[in-house]
Parts: sequence; structure tokens; C-alpha cells
Amino acid sequence: MDLYEHQARELFADYGIPVPEAEVVELAREARFAAERLGGRVVVKAQVKTGGRGKAGGVKLASDPAAAELTARQILGMDIKGHTVSKVMLAQPVDIEAEYYVSYVLDRAAGVFLAIASAEGGMEIEEVAATRPEAVARIPVDPAEGVTETKAAEIAAAAKLPAETVPVLQALWQVLVREDALLVEVNPLVRTSNGPIIALDGKVTLDDNARFRQERWGETSEDPGADPLEAAATAKGLNYVKLDGEVGIIGNGAGLVMSTLDVVAGCGVRPANFLDIGGGASAQVMADGLSVILSDPDVKSVFVNVFGGITACDAVAEGIVQALETVRLTKPLVVRLDGNSAARGRAILADRAHPLVDQVSTMDGAARQAAVLASAG
Amino acid sequence: MAIFLTKESKVLVQGMTGAEGMKHTRRMLAGGTDVVGGVNPRKAGRTVDFDDRAVPVFGSVREGMEATGADVTVVFVPPPFAKAAVIEAADAGIGLAVVITEGIPVHDAVVFQAYAKQRGTRIVGPNCPGLISPGQSNAGIIPADIAAKPGRIGLVSKSGTLTYQLMYELRETGFSSAVGIGGDPVVGTTHIDCLAAFEDDPDTELIVLIGEIGGDAEERAAAYIAGHVTKPVIGYIAGFTAPEGKTMGHAGAIVSGSSGTAEAKKRALEAVGVRVGSTPSETARLVLDRLAVTREVTHN
Repeated sequence: MDLYEHQARELFADYGIPVPEAEVVELAREARFAAERLGGRVVVKAQVKTGGRGKAGGVKLASDPAAAELTARQILGMDIKGHTVSKVMLAQPVDIEAEYYVSYVLDRAAGVFLAIASAEGGMEIEEVAATRPEAVARIPVDPAEGVTETKAAEIAAAAKLPAETVPVLQALWQVLVREDALLVEVNPLVRTSNGPIIALDGKVTLDDNARFRQERWGETSEDPGADPLEAAATAKGLNYVKLDGEVGIIGNGAGLVMSTLDVVAGCGVRPANFLDIGGGASAQVMADGLSVILSDPDVKSVFVNVFGGITACDAVAEGIVQALETVRLTKPLVVRLDGNSAARGRAILADRAHPLVDQVSTMDGAARQAAVLASAG
Repeated sequence: MAIFLTKESKVLVQGMTGAEGMKHTRRMLAGGTDVVGGVNPRKAGRTVDFDDRAVPVFGSVREGMEATGADVTVVFVPPPFAKAAVIEAADAGIGLAVVITEGIPVHDAVVFQAYAKQRGTRIVGPNCPGLISPGQSNAGIIPADIAAKPGRIGLVSKSGTLTYQLMYELRETGFSSAVGIGGDPVVGTTHIDCLAAFEDDPDTELIVLIGEIGGDAEERAAAYIAGHVTKPVIGYIAGFTAPEGKTMGHAGAIVSGSSGTAEAKKRALEAVGVRVGSTPSETARLVLDRLAVTREVTHN
């Protein structure tokens, strides 16, 4: 789960990391009063969970409260890479003397967290990392020891950061570990002209697997997504992602569903969604999945691709038959059942003999059939 | 022979008395695995009956190892307790811990992986289906009844269902071992570890490598193949059409330097001579074609 910048800012403040004074508003007229409280001159920043908002015009300086309201009005509702801006943060501007980059991120290959730091922070950090890797320090952190003062000093020295960043590096590590974060990034971490180090922007990704022990996450949750189908699927607890195609997809296991999307795309049509119903594939999950997919007006045919590993195909077939009791099938359904108890599963569906249900025994053949039906519809 | 798991392996099950543990211990026994005990401190001293076999429950991994000579543990312990379970197994000095549990916090995995590595315990997983050496032993949840035949293909995969799919398609040819390494960000045994073991295993003739979008494990596997693997490798990558994950911050790209796309992985594998199938079925055909060629050459 990604946090908004303003949430990351509050988290940093809780751990004693200096951050700019700021307020969050959802209405432009509130921006005027917030700006007044912050001293008049403010930076108005779109709160979206994506990068590149500065370049998209989502970050602007306003010289007084009236300008802040006007700017907030421009930014609220703006679309940045598919994310609609529904709130803005107003922050006191700071006089930047130097911009640094610091983050802790998981190095999947090594299985440990890495400290990444550079004295050349700012919007071009990826460019710096690609063209002058020597300007970016990467220091692995021993999970048993963490970032001690000595370790923080080592990171700062390697990245040529001033000594004042050492406590920030230590506090950020505490944020990472205690909050079960997978990423904490400050870019830029700035030295201001009157002295202190301030975290000017923050990105934090929390580990959803740790929700059971992080009580304060209770009120924060992943956005249901702007797409109404995704919101409906999220409400039903489905692992669904809307795509721009015409063949609806239901499968079991993330790897197999991704593979199904590829095989369908290889038949010259586009998948309409990703939907992983996991191992269980109960009648309820099947019915929920079908009802979401069938309510997608772009869908012309649906491909149910199940490989029975632990799940037996006869149970999946029963699930489909029961789902057809509650969901009115309006588009052709191609079902491929293979693996554990496939013969019994196919027989159950054949007995049901629904006029819109087609069975094909191979994944490639079923994908072709779903493509033909989608093109005909 | 096989890799990591053979008919000599004696297997403990941590969390055997839970619902998942019971279900899969029964399946493992039915598949011929020598399950010698369960571990649960609250039920130590009891035995659990699985059809025709009574399996004792021990209070700790160490006790179980001392009583039975166990050298493998399969972990079904729920996420809040998984870290302690793996650390206990590593402290007891077990050789292989197969962690099936899904949903373990990454910080816990980082800690127990580093700990196990220091103590010489190999971890497979977490969040994985485990590994099977057909006809010998099955440690985890790979359904033995769809792929029970021993043979000369070695398989390594992140994805459970794609493992099952490929094993099923190639069931007539059979496998030396198949390892589901798991899809979590931090896994113990990697594609490269499995490639190295299959390369050294005299019973493995050809290696199937299944990958998917995200991370750069497949790119690193490709580099390893170029330098170290002489046996034929056939690849499959899932996720060419998958929605692009939203990226937050710059750190991910800085770390791996790879885009992590399916296309990049396919290109990296093909650049080192690995044929990559466009569908699971085509991948299976490539395997059979390649085995036919190898065998023809050997026979002439």
C-alpha cells in the first residue's frame, strides 16, 4: 500500500524527521485559509500516488492566499497519469541550498534492504543513477544490526552528504522497520539556507502482509480505484484489474492468469481484465467474478481458465453451475478445465448444457475460441 | 538422484496439526514422502493418524530431529509465527526448510533468510508450493497425482499454477525434480540455485525455467546460464500483457537497473541461447523437441 505524500510527511514528523509546515485541503476555498495560516506564500502540491507530478503541472508556487485558492482550483480535479487529484497539500516554501536523495529499498536479489543516497537529489535522480552511478551510494544494511549511528555515518560519507543527515538516516530506518515499510524515499532531502535539513517530499510503501500487526493502518486502505468495475470487484474482495479489451478472463493463480492474458492477446484480441480467483474457486467467488466481468460493456466473451492442481476441477465445475443459477449469462463463456478431476468437471458442465457455455480442453484452443466469439459478438 | 529432496529425505511438518498442515501431510504421505513427525509445542507427545500411518508430534524441531534423523522441514505455520518457526528450524541445524506460508511480512522474511543463510539452512519459499522429486518425495503442496512420474526434466518456477500446468503437459516425460521457489520479494532458493543444482544432477537432462514480470531474477538467471549451464534450458515467461504496475519513487529502477518487463526477460534469455515458448503448451513442445534432438545425437 502506497501512502500519499502528506501521510508520509506525518509519519516522518512522528519519528522526529524535520518536515515543512503544511496542511491538506480538498476544496479550493479552504486553500485560501490554509495559506493564510501558513504565512501566505505556499507551494500547492497535488496529492497523487504517482511520480512525475511536477512535470505534469501538479506542483506550483502561490504568492498569497488568493493565488493559493486559484492554484488549488487549477490542480484539484487534474488528471496526472490516470490519477485524479482530489486533494492538495499546501506547504511553506523553503530556501533550498542543496538537494539530496535518500531511500531504503528492498534489494530482492540480495534479500536485504539497501540504503541508496546521493548528494545530487531532485527530479533527475534516475538519470544520475543511470549515467553516473558513482554519484549514487548503495549500501546494504545487515537486518540483524539495522542502521546504527556508525552505519548512518558510513552511508552519509559514501554519498558525500553532510553530517547533519546522520540522524535523519537513522530515523528513516526506524520508519522502515517499525512501520513495516517496503520503501521509504525522501527526494529531495534539502539543506535550507538557514541551516536545518528538511524532508521536502516523501514516498512510503507499506507491506500489506504486515497489516495484522499494524493497528494504526486500520483507517488507511488502498484506494478502491477510479474505475467503477474495479471498485465493485474490490468491494467483493476480488483480485481484479480492469484492462481495455473485449475478452473477460477468470483464472486460478496469478501466474496462470497472466499467462492466460498473453495467450488471449496472442490470438489477436485483447483481454478485458485480470481476475485471479485463487485456489478455492467457490461458487460464490465464481458468481462474483462473473457478475463483475459481465457488467463490463466492452466484454464480448468470457474465458474461464482453470488448472486443477490442489483444487479439483469437479468442484470448480460445480461452482460454475451454481454461479449460473444466480448470474444471468449474457455473453458466451468458454471454459477450459484441466488437471485434477478434469474429466468429472467437464462432465458436470456438459450435463448442465447451458447454450452459452462452450468447453475446450486445451488452454490455447480455448483462447482461440474465446477470440472467435469475441470477434463475432 | 534429484535436487534438494530424495527418497532418503526425512520430513518434519511444522504446523502439521492445523487445517492446511493436516490436509497436505496426508497428501505428502500418499505421495510417498517419508513424513517422520510434526512439530507443535502444545501437542507434543501425541500422535496423529493419517490413514495407515501414525505420525508423532514433537515439541520442537530439535526434538524431532534427534528422535527421527529428520533433515527437511515443511512450514505451514501462520504468518505471525512463521519467523520464529524458521529461526527455530535453523537453530536446530536442519538442512532444508520449505516455507509454504503465504502472507509473511517482508521484514520477517529478510531477517529469517539472513539468519538461515548464516547457519547453513537452505530455505525454499516463502509463499511457494514447495518441491517434488517424483517417485521419491514431495515436500509441500504440489499435487503429486497430476505429475507423479519420475523423469529427466528439471523445473524451476516462481508460479505454482504454471508449475502444475507445465508438469501436467510433460507428465509422460517426467521430472527429476520440480521446485516452486515462490513469488515473494525475498525468497531463499533462487532460479540460479536451482540451475546450479540441476546442472550438477546427473539425472537431469534438460531444465525448464518459468518466470514472470517483476524484479530481475530472470535476467540474472540468463547471465548465470551463459557462464555456467551446459544443459539445454527452455524458458517460459508470463506477463506480456499484464497491466503495468504503478511505480512509486525511483528506488526500484535504481536498484535493479532493469525494467522487469516480460519482453526484457525473454530477450535476456534468448540472448544466451534459451528458447522461450509463447504459451505453456508451446513451451512443452519445445521441451519435447529438444529432448528428441538430444536423444538422437546420443544414439548416433
